[in-house]
Amino acid sequence: MDTPNTSDVRVKDGIEAETVEGVRALEADKYKYGFDSDIEQEFAPKGLNEDIVRFISAKKDEPEWLLEWRLEAYRRWLTLDEPTWAMINYPEIDFQDMYYYASPVKKKELESLDEVDPEILEVYNKLGISLKEQEVLAGVKGAPKVAVDAVFDSVSVVTTFKDELAKHGVIFCSFSEAVKEHPELVRKYMGSVVPVTDNYYATLNNAVFSDGSFVYIPPGVRCPMELSTYFRMNAQGTGQFERTLIIADEGSYVSYLEGCTAPMRDENQLHAAIVEIIVHKDAEVKYSTVQNWWPGDADGKGGVYNFVTKRADCRGENSKVSWTQVETGSAVTWKYPSCILRGDNSQGEFYSIAITNGHQQADTGTKMIHLGKNTASRVISKGISAGHSNSTYRGLVSAHRKATGARNFTQCDSLLIGDQCGAHTVPYIETGTPTAQFEHEATTSKLSDDQLFYCRQRGLSEEDAVALLVNGFCRDVLQKLPMEFAVEAQKLVAISLEGSVG
Amino acid sequence: MLKIQNLTATVDDGAKTILNGLSLSVPAGEVHAIMGPNGAGKSTLSYVLTGRDGYDVTDGTVTLDGDDLLDMEPEERAAKGVFLSFQYPLEIPGVPTLTFLRTAMNAQRKARGEEPISAPDFMKRAKSLAKDLKIKAEMLRRPLNVGFSGGEKKRMEIFQMMMLEPRFIVMDETDSGLDVDALRIVADGVNALRSPDRGILIITHYQRLLDYIVPDAVHVLSSGAIKASGDADFAKRLETEGYDAYA
Repeated sequence: MDTPNTSDVRVKDGIEAETVEGVRALEADKYKYGFDSDIEQEFAPKGLNEDIVRFISAKKDEPEWLLEWRLEAYRRWLTLDEPTWAMINYPEIDFQDMYYYASPVKKKELESLDEVDPEILEVYNKLGISLKEQEVLAGVKGAPKVAVDAVFDSVSVVTTFKDELAKHGVIFCSFSEAVKEHPELVRKYMGSVVPVTDNYYATLNNAVFSDGSFVYIPPGVRCPMELSTYFRMNAQGTGQFERTLIIADEGSYVSYLEGCTAPMRDENQLHAAIVEIIVHKDAEVKYSTVQNWWPGDADGKGGVYNFVTKRADCRGENSKVSWTQVETGSAVTWKYPSCILRGDNSQGEFYSIAITNGHQQADTGTKMIHLGKNTASRVISKGISAGHSNSTYRGLVSAHRKATGARNFTQCDSLLIGDQCGAHTVPYIETGTPTAQFEHEATTSKLSDDQLFYCRQRGLSEEDAVALLVNGFCRDVLQKLPMEFAVEAQKLVAISLEGSVG
Repeated sequence: MLKIQNLTATVDDGAKTILNGLSLSVPAGEVHAIMGPNGAGKSTLSYVLTGRDGYDVTDGTVTLDGDDLLDMEPEERAAKGVFLSFQYPLEIPGVPTLTFLRTAMNAQRKARGEEPISAPDFMKRAKSLAKDLKIKAEMLRRPLNVGFSGGEKKRMEIFQMMMLEPRFIVMDETDSGLDVDALRIVADGVNALRSPDRGILIITHYQRLLDYIVPDAVHVLSSGAIKASGDADFAKRLETEGYDAYA
C-alpha cells in the first residue's frame, strides 16, 4: 500500500470540504446547466434522407469523398436494426422527427475570440467554461492552462490556444476544419478504429455527423496543456452527432477532457457520437469525460439518449490509453469506451463512475481486446444506483491466441441507494491463450442507514452524508481525473444524488 | 443538564415498548452510569437520545439545557453538542479519518454560526490528541474504521469525541472489546474531558470500566425504566448481586 504524503492528503481534504460546500451552495438548483439560450440558429429541414445528408455536407463545404462517405453510411444505416441487447428501455425513436443540423447563425467569419457571439460566450460562462485564453476553467485558481474547443449544437464555435499549441506542432481544431486543413490525416485515420459499419448508431453518425474535435500530437511531443472539448446541445428537437479523432504519434502524450451539458427539455434528444483514438508506439493518451447531459425530470420525462461509440486503438508497442468517465447525466446511456491492445506491451485502462438516479438507465462498460503480446488492461467500475434507476456494467475482456501473457484486472463495485433501483454486472471473459491472466472482482453493497446515521450523529446533514459516502465509494476513480475536473466531478456526484434518500 | 422525563419509546409501529416511562437527570459536570441486563433498553436509550430512525417516542420529554432534543434532527443534536460513542462504530470506506472528522467538525461549527477550523489548527489538535490516545498518524489517513480492530475503532470514537468537544456524551458499551491497556487509555481520555460544563452518560454491561472512570451516580435500567440509583459503590454491588432484584 502506498502511503500518500501529507501535502497530498491536504489537497484531497480540500476537495472534499469543497464538495460539501458545493452541494450546499447548489441545493436550490439540482440541474444547474438546464437553462435555455435564445440564440439565432439555422436548421436543416426536419427528418432524414439523402438530401439532408447532402445538405449537411454542403453546409460544411465538404470535399466529394466525404459526401460519398456519408451517403454510403446512410444507405448502410437503412439496412440496419437498432440493437436491443442492452438492458435499457425507451420508446422507439422517430428518426424523421428531429433535426440533424443546427448551427448558430454566423454573422461573419471570425477573426478572433472577441468576435464570438456574446450570447454564446455567456452560455459558456454560465457553464463555468472560459473561452478567453487568459482565463482558466471554472474559477480554479492556479490551474494549468486548458485549451477548449467549444462545440455548440452541430458546429464548433471556437477553439482556444491554437497558436500556442501550433508552436509545438500540436493540431487542435474542429473536425470540419481538419477536413479542410489536414485532409491527409483525416482520410488516413477516420474510420480506422470505428468502421463505418460498426454499429447502428455509429453508422448513423457517419452519415450525419456534424462537428467535433480533431487532435494530432506529433512524434515525441508532450502536449503542453490539457485539451478539452465542451459539448453543448441547445437547439430544440435536434440530435447531436459529433465525432472526435485523436492521433498520438510515436512517443507523444496528451490528456484530453470532454464535458457535456444540455438544457432541460420535455422531449428526448438523441446524442450519437463517435470517438476514435489512435495511439502509436510509446505514446500515451488520457481521455476523461464528465457527461452531464440533461437526465430528464423526476418523473422520467425528457432527457438525452446517449448512444456513443468510443474506441482507442493502441497500434504501437508500449502504447497506452486510459479512459476515465464520470457519467451522471442522460436519461439513457449506452456506451462502452474500448481499447484494442494491438501493439505488444500496450496497456489499456478504464475507470468509470456511473451514477443513475430518478428514472435514468445506464448500460455502460468497456471492451479490452488483447491482440498483442504481454498486453495489460485494468478496469475499475463504480456504479451507483438511486431512485428508480437501473445501472448495468457490461464489459468484455478477450485475448487473441497470439496475445500471450495478456493480463487483465477488473473490479466492479455497485452501490445501491434505496430499494427501488437496480445494479447489474454482465462480464464477458474470453481467452484464446492459456497464458492469459484475467481477474474479475465484483461487489454490491447498499448505502446503509447505519452509516448515514453515524455520519449524521457526527453533525453531517443527510445529503452531505450521502455525498461523502458516495465520494468515498468512488475515490479510486475520482483520483484518476485531472485535478480541475476532479473538483467538478465530486460536486456533480453529490448533486446527481440529491433527493436520493429520505 | 440533560433531563429525561417519563420517556416512552416503541419499535415496530408500536408493537413493542422498549422504554417505558424512563426519567433521569444528568447535571452538567457529572458522570452517570447506566447498568442493566440484556434487553433492558440500554442501547435504545442511546439511539433515542441521538435521534436514530426506527423508534417512536410516544410519551415524555428530553431536554439539554432546556432545549427540546426530541424535536431536532440527529445532526442538529450533534451541533448542540450531543455525542454518541457507538457500541459498533461504522466503517466509512474511501473517506480518510481526518477528512471525515474535519467535515463533521465544520458542519457542526457552521450550524452553530461559527467559522470553520483552519487546517493548521485542526492538524495540530489532531496530532496532539492522537498521541495521547496512542493512535498512529498513519491510521488517521486511512479510511475511517476500515480494517480497524474492535479496540482501534473504540479508540477512534474517543478520538472523535475529544476532537469535537461535545457538551453531552453518551457512551454505549465502550468497554466491550477493549483489553486492559486500551481500557486505561480510553478512560484517561474520558477523564480528561470531565469538566463542570459537560455531562457524561456511560452505558455499560460490566462494572469494569467504572473502576477507571468513577461515576457520580449509578442507575439500574430494567424493563425500560430506571429501577434503582446509587453511588459508585452501588455498581460494585450490582456486579456481584446481579439485576434479578430489579426485574
